[in-house]
Amino acid sequence: MAANPSAVGKSYPPSTYVVGREKIREYAAAVGETNPLYFDVDAARAAGYGDLVAPPMFAVVFGAPSVGPAILDPDVGIDFARMLHAGQEFVWGPLVVAGDEITTTATVKDISDRGGMNFFVFETVSQNQNGETVCTGTWSQIVRGG
Amino acid sequence: MNQGDQIELKVTPDPYLTYRYAGASGDFNPIHIDEGFAKQVGLPGRILHGLWTMAQVARAHTDAAGGPDKLRRLSVQFRGIGQLGQEIVVSGTVTEVNDGVAAVESQAEQAGQRIIRNGRAEIAA
Repeated sequence: MAANPSAVGKSYPPSTYVVGREKIREYAAAVGETNPLYFDVDAARAAGYGDLVAPPMFAVVFGAPSVGPAILDPDVGIDFARMLHAGQEFVWGPLVVAGDEITTTATVKDISDRGGMNFFVFETVSQNQNGETVCTGTWSQIVRGG
Repeated sequence: MNQGDQIELKVTPDPYLTYRYAGASGDFNPIHIDEGFAKQVGLPGRILHGLWTMAQVARAHTDAAGGPDKLRRLSVQFRGIGQLGQEIVVSGTVTEVNDGVAAVESQAEQAGQRIIRNGRAEIAA
């Protein structure tokens, strides 16, 4: 499938995600974290946080519902079966804690064709209920030629 | 953190890891959870989620830095295939410290293959 650069700049409706304690614990355990900030509410509060802290990479959990529809958008034209996750960047702001309500907006940043492979770059911007940007994600996908 | 400091983390993903990570992250791409599907599309079997491996790189940084609030930025490139049951070694070096921010270069290696390369992080020193 040919890359369709006309989709560059397209944005998707924001998704909202309410961060739960048990989801933080489940995610933190799955990635092998042991820091009590992610498991023990008292420890998190003693460290000055309002509730359990989400590990920085938890940005994947609240970012994915937003970037997913962009990756699957027929206007973007990704052949999902040939897609590889090529690169990822996150830039973090204030830490996310349980109870935060995170709103994420995804945008198509770049679509290009290089050497028979199509490159797709998506950006997600996630803000908390106070309007602070807690994470900006850059998701780079390669689709192998067929 | 000071220039020249090294960070390291070793972890061996168990055979059921990709099921737990799929549930935790919401990424149910069948190449991670369906052995038959993975083989059908030319993979050796179920493979690790790249973002799980990136989370190991992130954990190496936050453990070394003393907490999650220190990690400002992390970028990585994914290469090759992350496999279950084989040890992964994350390693990194503080390349410079400027205005209280440490720059760290990192990678993740498994069975002689760099499955994450060009890791670049900024950490509040």
